[in-house]
Amino acid sequence: MASITLNALAHSYIENPTKPEDYAIREMTHVWEQGGAFALLGPSGCGKSTLLNIISGLLKPSNGEILFDGKRVNELKPEERNIAQVFQFPVIYDTMTVFDNLAFPLRNIGVPEHKIKSKVHEVAEILELSDQLKRKAKGLSADQKQKVSMGRGLVRDNVSAILFDEPLTVIDPQLKWKLRRKLKQIHEQFNITMVYVTHDQLEASTFADKIAVMYNGQIVQFGTPRELFENPAHTFVGYFIGSPGMNFLDVELNDTLTFGGHEIATSGAMLTRLKAMNASNIKIGIRPEFVHVWDGKNNDAFPVEVDFVEDLGTYKILSFLFNGQTMKARLSEDQQVPSGQIYVSFPEQWTKVYVDEYLVDLTVQAIAVNNDKETDHAN
Amino acid sequence: MSLTLQNVSRVVDGETWIDDVNMTLEPGSFNVLLGRTLSGKTTLMRLMAGLDKPTKGKILMNGVDVTGVAVRERNISMVYQQFINYPNLTVYENIASPLRLAKMDEKEVDRRVRETAEMLRIDPFLDRLPLQLSGGQQQRTAMARALVKDSQIILFDEPLVNLDYKLREELRQELRALFKVRNCIAIYATTEPNEALALGGNTAVLNEGRLLQMGPTAKVYHQPKDIITAEMFSEPPINIVQGRVSEEEVTFDDTVHFRLNSDLRSLSPGEYQFGVRASHIGLVPHADDDLELPVRVDLAEISGSETFLHVHNPHFDLVLHLSGVHAYQVDQEIKVYFPTHKLYVFDTQGKMVHSPARMRDL
Repeated sequence: MASITLNALAHSYIENPTKPEDYAIREMTHVWEQGGAFALLGPSGCGKSTLLNIISGLLKPSNGEILFDGKRVNELKPEERNIAQVFQFPVIYDTMTVFDNLAFPLRNIGVPEHKIKSKVHEVAEILELSDQLKRKAKGLSADQKQKVSMGRGLVRDNVSAILFDEPLTVIDPQLKWKLRRKLKQIHEQFNITMVYVTHDQLEASTFADKIAVMYNGQIVQFGTPRELFENPAHTFVGYFIGSPGMNFLDVELNDTLTFGGHEIATSGAMLTRLKAMNASNIKIGIRPEFVHVWDGKNNDAFPVEVDFVEDLGTYKILSFLFNGQTMKARLSEDQQVPSGQIYVSFPEQWTKVYVDEYLVDLTVQAIAVNNDKETDHAN
Repeated sequence: MSLTLQNVSRVVDGETWIDDVNMTLEPGSFNVLLGRTLSGKTTLMRLMAGLDKPTKGKILMNGVDVTGVAVRERNISMVYQQFINYPNLTVYENIASPLRLAKMDEKEVDRRVRETAEMLRIDPFLDRLPLQLSGGQQQRTAMARALVKDSQIILFDEPLVNLDYKLREELRQELRALFKVRNCIAIYATTEPNEALALGGNTAVLNEGRLLQMGPTAKVYHQPKDIITAEMFSEPPINIVQGRVSEEEVTFDDTVHFRLNSDLRSLSPGEYQFGVRASHIGLVPHADDDLELPVRVDLAEISGSETFLHVHNPHFDLVLHLSGVHAYQVDQEIKVYFPTHKLYVFDTQGKMVHSPARMRDL
């Protein structure tokens, strides 16, 4: 069991990288605490597989360090890192029994047979494989095979962490939630650091207590599923999390924030901050779930034009045009379907402000940023 | 151009793959074939395309029997799950290929290729080879090839299944917009109820080679004819609880009772199966007569903006579909509120005998 630290880690597949785009992983410092259930979430090409390979030792990072419990492991081979991996496709020996498959990693390191027996039975019990132990792995279903793969990671006592790489890809949709539940239970019982790599928000949010969202080789947010939904730290998180994703509007800063001449309600503190930042690329973001739709005029509401409504059975998605830009609002099943001109408002609590794609967070002191810059110069 | 299937069956090695299907698809319509793996979606599409011949029954185009006509002589395009492109041809030549086959004038080929590529937002990549593109762009290329000629029928066999969900969201929207302005028949196979709902149009629910129900998508969803259709066409699946109606009350699994409300009064006493949608069960009561049920959490599945909460009590399992992100521990004890006014009721044979009042207007 171990914490995993990435210290000023960066990786480029190019010999002499010069610009940020040359890096598959841009410099990052990040800690996965001991015993946590984490996910690494991002679209294909964001760098998550590169990062996974660096953690497991298949790839040596070009810059920075990777530490397990504070000890540098850059030079250690994968087998020296005590990491278990579960891949997309089950990795098991078809001709062996389930028991022998589970016992394999222990026999490899010379664990006495009586200890193997008790350990295999313990793990099989948890994975609900006890009555399959004598069967050849060949005859198992895909989900059972994947459970055996996981079991092979769990039998060893000294495992630092388990890495999962899209482990439910081959599982039937109807069985997926049962395996997700099993994974959560395993995490609670074993208290092992687990990192789950996926492009699927459902997989990530269901498994992990905290999710690192990756985009363009960077971790743009590390937060709970709820934080990613309610308080996206980057416009990419707003877009990527949620279906449909967050609405964004390019706004102008004068005395107030405006979009096409309409004033967007913002606190005085926010306006002061934005002016101090001398920001030019400013967006506001609001999730479809938080857009209020009104039939009639209302003080805070903007007139908009209904484009179309999708009936998704349990709810509806209303697409409307606000000053020529398409936005979406989520309507409950019982809500009236509007048409023509309607009114929408954006509650201030859920209207997020982004400068250069990053969230402006008033709870974080702006001065700290300036100080950092000064120390940098001093150094 | 309409397409009609009359009593179409296909039997392969003594096994019935398609069982007596009847349907008519109108020109300009968007039709979703919804069913699990092996329900017969691909087989049905191959019959429509003329790639296979039905064992029994007829296929008519515009009223003309085309049952024996080969695929080459029908004006049909097809898009598959796998991104199928010519690897040694540029994106431009891939899209142009069906037009070249039809020996179309070069100027017209160029105009159409560029127009279609622009529509699918792959116009910047026309000179590249397919393998130099992302998965989404490769599938867009395959779609462009299907759309570039004026096919009367376009078949999509789970075209988005290999793409990530954000891309699927976007491509679904593009497809809807694209077909609004076309007069061909679009047929789209999927295993996912939510994809059928997002695509709209009509939905045909298939199960074990049989057509269970077909109609406007929202109507089939809200008014399923029977329990299998209701289960096939909901994700998470509609909750089904066994129960009994007596003179005065409804009983679930002999343990949970509530008084017969005005909504259900027309049901004669007897055994029934009650269906309640995952989205209709709540964490707080929405009506005075909601049933309070103490349950234990199996798992909270979170999909970014929604939560699927799996729970059970000693007698039955339930799934709740909640908006927003709600974290729960496995085995946590909570109370949920079960609506008594939004129930679907099925008889012991599975036929729907009652639906929630509001859904009947559809």
